[in-house]
Amino acid sequence: MSDRPDTPILEIDNLSISFFTRAGEIPAVTDFSARVMPGQALGLVGESGCGKSTVALGVMRDLGGSGRITAGRIRFRGRDIAAMSEAELRGIRGAEIAMIYQEPMASLNPAMTVGRQLAEVPMLHERASRRDAMDRARAMLADVRLPDPDRILRAYPHQLSGGQQQRIVIAMALMARPALLILDEPTTALDVTVEAGIIRLIRELGRRHGTAMLFISHNLGLIRETCERICVMYAGEAVEEGTVAQVFAAMRHPYTQALFRAIPLPGTDKNARPLKAIPGNFPLPHERPQGCNFGPRCDHFRAGLCDLRPVPMEPVARSDGHATRCLRHREIDWSAGADAGPGRAPAPAGEVVLEARGLGKVYEVAGGPLSRGGKRVVRANEALSFTAREGETLAVVGESGCGKSTLARVLMGLETASAGEVYLDDRAIGDVPVQRRHRRTVAQMQMVFQNPFDTLNPAMTVGRQILRALEVFGIGADAAQRRARMLELLDLVKLPRAFAGRMPRQLSGGQKQRVGIARAFAGNARVVIADEPVSALDVSVQAAVTDLLMEIQRAQRTTLIVISHDLSLVRYLADRVAVMYLGHIVEIGPTAAVFAPPYHPYTQALLSAVPIADPGVEKTEIVLDGEIPSAMEPPPGCPFQTRCPRKSDVPDNRCERELPALRTMGDGHEVRCHLAEEHLRAMTPVFRAAASG
Amino acid sequence: MPGFVIRRLGTMLLTALCLTFIVFALTNMQPRLETLAKTQGSARMSDAEVQSWLAREGFDRPMLERYGEWLGVVPGWTREQADGTLRGRCIDRAGDAAAGTRCGVLQGYWGSSTRFNAEVGAVIGARLGATGMLMLWVVIVMVPSALAIGVLAGMREGSRTDRSLSTVSIVSTATPEYVSGVIFIALFASSTFGLSPLLREWGLMEANTLFLGNARSAMDRITFWNFTLPVMTIAMYGMGYIARMTRASMAEVMTQQYIRTARLKGASFPAVVLRHALRNALIAPFTVIMLQFPWLLNGVVIVEVLFSYPGFGWALVEGASNNDIELLLACSVVAVIVVLATQLISDIGYAWLNPRIRVG
Repeated sequence: MSDRPDTPILEIDNLSISFFTRAGEIPAVTDFSARVMPGQALGLVGESGCGKSTVALGVMRDLGGSGRITAGRIRFRGRDIAAMSEAELRGIRGAEIAMIYQEPMASLNPAMTVGRQLAEVPMLHERASRRDAMDRARAMLADVRLPDPDRILRAYPHQLSGGQQQRIVIAMALMARPALLILDEPTTALDVTVEAGIIRLIRELGRRHGTAMLFISHNLGLIRETCERICVMYAGEAVEEGTVAQVFAAMRHPYTQALFRAIPLPGTDKNARPLKAIPGNFPLPHERPQGCNFGPRCDHFRAGLCDLRPVPMEPVARSDGHATRCLRHREIDWSAGADAGPGRAPAPAGEVVLEARGLGKVYEVAGGPLSRGGKRVVRANEALSFTAREGETLAVVGESGCGKSTLARVLMGLETASAGEVYLDDRAIGDVPVQRRHRRTVAQMQMVFQNPFDTLNPAMTVGRQILRALEVFGIGADAAQRRARMLELLDLVKLPRAFAGRMPRQLSGGQKQRVGIARAFAGNARVVIADEPVSALDVSVQAAVTDLLMEIQRAQRTTLIVISHDLSLVRYLADRVAVMYLGHIVEIGPTAAVFAPPYHPYTQALLSAVPIADPGVEKTEIVLDGEIPSAMEPPPGCPFQTRCPRKSDVPDNRCERELPALRTMGDGHEVRCHLAEEHLRAMTPVFRAAASG
Repeated sequence: MPGFVIRRLGTMLLTALCLTFIVFALTNMQPRLETLAKTQGSARMSDAEVQSWLAREGFDRPMLERYGEWLGVVPGWTREQADGTLRGRCIDRAGDAAAGTRCGVLQGYWGSSTRFNAEVGAVIGARLGATGMLMLWVVIVMVPSALAIGVLAGMREGSRTDRSLSTVSIVSTATPEYVSGVIFIALFASSTFGLSPLLREWGLMEANTLFLGNARSAMDRITFWNFTLPVMTIAMYGMGYIARMTRASMAEVMTQQYIRTARLKGASFPAVVLRHALRNALIAPFTVIMLQFPWLLNGVVIVEVLFSYPGFGWALVEGASNNDIELLLACSVVAVIVVLATQLISDIGYAWLNPRIRVG
């Protein structure tokens, strides 16, 4: 079926979806309207719980037993989805509307070969024979650029990497040449360089087949790079809609603006232009305020206007198709800069607190009791050397499997180093496991974990958990003193003192992470290792937690070691950065030096893979091919040589033969690369100010 | 795969060796031997006579040596009697020429049964054959119906089908064989009580009872009439358990994201269940089903006695009540082998069902 370019593929009019549970009706989406034209991509952004995935499942009419469309209409190619029979619906699902999911591993059947899962689509919808379907699947695998299609068709999903799995899910969605593709956070579970490849593929395929797309993401940068139109959602409503250019350049809703100010764009700086967190919390569905949903958190809130009745969507004057759900959008001065408060003076770094010299960690993997063969060795860390000074933030970045978490475990004493040394002040701690460390050493070196949901004991009050840490660290002479200290710690992380008696389940994600931070700082820690401290949190909360960490650091002159894959965050808060690849530090230096040329080719690719939500920034696109090699069989020579786009610039195959040494580029900036000095110096910056106009 | 099986067989052999030794030691404890002497000789033997009887029968030597003889790795004992004739373990079986040779399990000699006055091997073989028939029918009835109930209940968790089937399976697991067997006999196999008199009154049935409460005739010919009750009694008990496991596993699989993927591919509900859910849902209960087999032996003991079906369980009870040491020993070995073999099958089958597990 061909679509006329001027009739929408998907029309959603005033859609409301509710879930009916024992507790009553929970409205997930209210009064949502959108249109997707043929070949167009609409981005749906918002924080978790804003209803964006519910919209997607509503389009597929797959809301489970408890979800129901309570008002409005969804029309696909003019047909009302709600009025279709089950059989009609089956005819559309997978054939005309296809979906790509967040977690590729979970979305593929673990007990079925990839080939059978792919072939099922044409067999279902076109009654193709198994042989024809398999041929189509093989052709489609080439389309999504998977090497060796025959091997992959026979493979089970667990035998493929995350990026390959997502390519399979994409291939499966495209098998029947759908008119509409729904992408629900398609790259959230993937590494940035893999994400960049997937995004390029989706864009290309969309262009080639003219597929319309509904792209759901919490990442504004991704939406900017993939979509023509964007719809921002908040608490079940669309709050602003328009073309990407309109919304990114001239946003007309306070929530959109607050969202942009809460994410670390290339222009932000922790001292001069700090992030601005959105105050308050995301309202739960049954706690939504009267009037404007965003009202209680809005800087422009006016009582007596914004809190009276539901706010309708209004078109923005002098712009086609740009609409906002704000009553005051004509009055607000949108060009006013963020009221960020006075800039802070950079804190000078002090003495060296933590030092690693040639640190290495090797795991021996026995092949399990059933397998033959000897032990295999995983080289998680190799010859890492770095220092961290008092009051300084050192960031360790790299993709999954690069050894950054192993490094944290060795520093904490959860593992002991296989080679080299770690010094905290002057004490060697590299080979001392945490059980044998002095209580004071343990208190001085603490950790903030990635997932605040799993790291608090669900059966203990918040206060009790902090008290427990104080007891372990031997702080305070008696219970009363410790209690006083616990309340001080709650003040420190800006939680009300009444939270001492609460259970973790009563806290939001951001609040839980604050408890985690209070626990880490309970014993006056000198070094705090933060392993992806905000990646499990929503954008609006991330800024607040990041700020809190830096404020405490400033006051207590703590050394922060931030482990992260989020380069925007790292650029924002780190003083120095170490880039890791396959167990090696490939580049280390002051943040400004690492984020500007000369780069290690891996750093360059990593930077270019980060989606940027700022229309004022242009970036060079470098997409890496291939997969990260296994740490069990690292390539000879330079660890990055298998994927390096610059390998041909180095004569005599040196990259394949010898491991490059760390070379000083001046000012504490070191790069582990064979490229000649002039090649490195000649690199252009990944980010540039966009040519105006 | 072959390497894995060979290694597992090696482990099995070792385990069997250890377990049989433990059982051998337990069945050959001194008080048991004394009881044996009194039952075989005379109940009024004096202690000295008991000792000399044990010596005459070769029971007075070290435990390890006798275990070796039983296994067949040590030559059987021989001893000259007071009357000049030669007696010994192997001589009793094969005459004087066998003096000094090995005769044990490895040679196919399992000892002789005092209860049946025959070689244990022959007794066990015949009884196992009978029990094998019973087990076969139990498995044929139990496994498919349990899986069907579990899958039907689990595919729509919380539905009316689910709740009614779950109730049935809970009731059936909660009723042990000695209860259900008695109830079945009363309901279906009595000419004066339950269903049979009613059916006869209405002219729907010619025979005296609907089913036969005694399964001895099944030794000659298995019929629906004589075999239904014992099979149902065992199957009911195991069925509920397997169905519960299958239901839980199925319900969990149905909430997985790949099921949503299949649904949103446009697959119909039966296709989603059969093609995508079933294999994944069977991975967990498979182990349970295989673990259920050793358990069935339990039921076999009760049911065979209840329905007087002379199978393995019946022989075990006879052996136990008559202090038939060699028969008991052989029964234990059979049980050990059943357990180990089902474990092996379970591991191989698990790897076959679940592509994420690799053996080798």
